[in-house]
Order: sequence, then structure tokens, then C-alpha cells
Amino acid sequence: MTEHPHRDTGLGWPDLPPPSPPPAERADAAPESSTDEKDVAAPTARSAEGAGRRKVSLAGAAIGLLLGLLGFALVVQLRSNTTDPELAAARPEDLVRILSDLEAREERLRTEINELEASQRDLASGASGRQAALEEARRRADELGILAGTLPAEGTGLVVRFEPGGKPIQAEAILDAVQELRGAGAEAMQIAGVSGAPVRIVASTAFVDVDGGLLVEGQQLTAPYRITVIGDPQTMRTALNIPGGVVESVSQDGGTVIVDEPGTVEVDALHQQQPLRYAQPAS
Amino acid sequence: MIAVLALVAGIALGIVFEPSVPAALQPYLPIAVVAALDAVFGGIRARLDGIFDDKQFVVSFISNVLVAALIVYLGDQLGVGGQLSTGVVVVLGVRIFGNVAAIRRHLFRA
Repeated sequence: MTEHPHRDTGLGWPDLPPPSPPPAERADAAPESSTDEKDVAAPTARSAEGAGRRKVSLAGAAIGLLLGLLGFALVVQLRSNTTDPELAAARPEDLVRILSDLEAREERLRTEINELEASQRDLASGASGRQAALEEARRRADELGILAGTLPAEGTGLVVRFEPGGKPIQAEAILDAVQELRGAGAEAMQIAGVSGAPVRIVASTAFVDVDGGLLVEGQQLTAPYRITVIGDPQTMRTALNIPGGVVESVSQDGGTVIVDEPGTVEVDALHQQQPLRYAQPAS
Repeated sequence: MIAVLALVAGIALGIVFEPSVPAALQPYLPIAVVAALDAVFGGIRARLDGIFDDKQFVVSFISNVLVAALIVYLGDQLGVGGQLSTGVVVVLGVRIFGNVAAIRRHLFRA
């Protein structure tokens, strides 16, 4: 039926010249004709009918291709339209509800983010707080070490020299001086004689009179003595010089007390701390 | 016959492979499908009228699809994509109705 219009219009493609298509056509139609080989096996029919059949199959192939594409696209489109039918088919009230659900969920997640960030901040500041506590503890340990005499110290202070006159310097005078200096805010002290190593003066330090000198912490010192003390120089000097104080009482015995203020002094003698055997921290 | 087989094969391929529509093609595919349906119904009607022409069918099919996609694209660029695709669908729907009416008259003589 449709073969007549075909012959009139040639191949259906006006741009193509008639002679050129057959080879391309044959290449296109090769798979089809190979399946139909038994139909066209008769050699006599081949020349006459083959051309017409191939023309039909070219146009048919074009139409078939287009319709195949159409079917494919149709199904694809239907599928893609039905992939999310719930939202598309939902009523406005449902959509509003879903939206508010999602917003509530977002709010919850946001709150959770905030909480987690807060706890992260807490942990970070906890770490820095631990660092600060460690610094503080270290600083305190240094201070206590200086007070206990287990660490060398330096700072502004005085050097007080006791030079005996007719009578030797009494241990009592040295003790007075030490207590006077403590009362004036001395923070670290050591005492040195002409002979013997300097001795750190701590809370438990005792001064004992012996022949020809002074026994301090098992170390014998001989006059003149030199107390190096760290603290406020002005206050300590005033404390030593008060009427009836150290300077006056020593000079009544014929001795001399010379108070030097060299600026920065160094207290480097160390006290050997005995381990505590009975006392334990109570807290 | 080939046409029907090809249509079925295309549908089968679509069902088997279940491809997803690329985002760039999403606005155009439905319009293109409707335009192609219009061409197909026009072809069926011409076939029944005895004036079916392969070349005309192929050209009208392709040009229908391309013009429909072009109109939608233009509408998208102008910011009236939704309205314009509605217009295209309406026009093609009217044509499909007309063609189907003619086919019906042919088949049922009514």
C-alpha cells in the first residue's frame, strides 16, 4: 500500500541523491536482512523486491526508532513522575504538617549542635583550666620551696653584718635579728660566717652558742657573721634599727651591726629537708 | 507493525533499565512526549485516511518534539516556563483530541 508513494518520493529523504544511499542502506539494514535471509533466499526475487523492501525498512526503521524513543521517554517520564508521589499528591494541610515536622526536626538538630558546641567549649576550657591549675601549683610549689629553704632565691634585700667587739656575738642576738627580720616580712635568709658554708635559715633553724662561734644546723660558724635576707629593704632596716632593737643591743655589747643594701641579693644555701615521718596532710 | 513493535520495545527498555531523567532534561521531557504523541496520533489518522507519508511523519515527529522543547526552553528563559508549557500542552491536547476524533470516526463510523 505504502509502496507507491515511496517510489514517487524516492527514499523519503529529499536531500540524499538516489544513487548514494544503497550502500549505507545496506549497512544499516544488514542485521535485519540477515534475519530475513530465508525469505529473500530466492535469487530471482532479490533484485526486484529487495530494493522496495529496503526502502520500506529504512523508513520503517526511522519510524520505529522514533516510536521506540517515544515509548522509552514515556515510560521514563511516567516513572520519574511516580518516584515521589507522596509529596506531589499530598494535600496542602499535609504539606504544612510535613514542613512543620521538618522545621521542628531542624530546630532539634540545631539545639543539639549548640549543646555539643557548648560541651566542646567546656572541654577545651577544662583543658586550659587544668593548664592554669598546673601553672598555679607549680608557682605555689616554688614559693613553698623558697619558704622551706629547698630552693635558691634572689631578690631585693639586705646584707646584715655582725662584727663582734669585746664580747662575742651571742646566739640570742642573732636569733633576735632573725625574728625581727621575719617580723618585717623577710622571705628568705641565710647566715654565713668567716669559716664554714652558709646556712639557710628556716623555721626549724636553731642557733647555739659554742666556743669561738655559733652552731647553726650542725654547722660551726665563726664571727663576723653575715645574714643575707630577701624582703622589703626599707621595712627590715627600720625593724633592725628600732630603739632597743638588734642594732642597739649588739652595740651595747660592743659589737657592730652594719646593714648593707646592695639591691639584689642571692640566697643560695639550701636546707636539707628531712622526710616527714609522722605528719601527714590532713586534707 | 514495525512501529508497534518498536513502541513496545521502547517501553520494555524503559521498564528494564529504569533510567532517571537528567536534571537538564526534566522540564522538556514531558512536553516532548506529548508532542510526540500528537505526531503519532496524526500519523495514525493519516494512515487511516490513506495519506500517510513516511517522510512527513518523521519530519513532523522530530519538528514537533524540537519545537515543543524550544518553546519550553524559551519560556524558561523568559520566566514564563510554567505558563508556556501549559499552553503547549493545551494546544497539543486539542490536536490529539481532534486526531483521536477522526480516528474514531474511521474505526467506528461514528
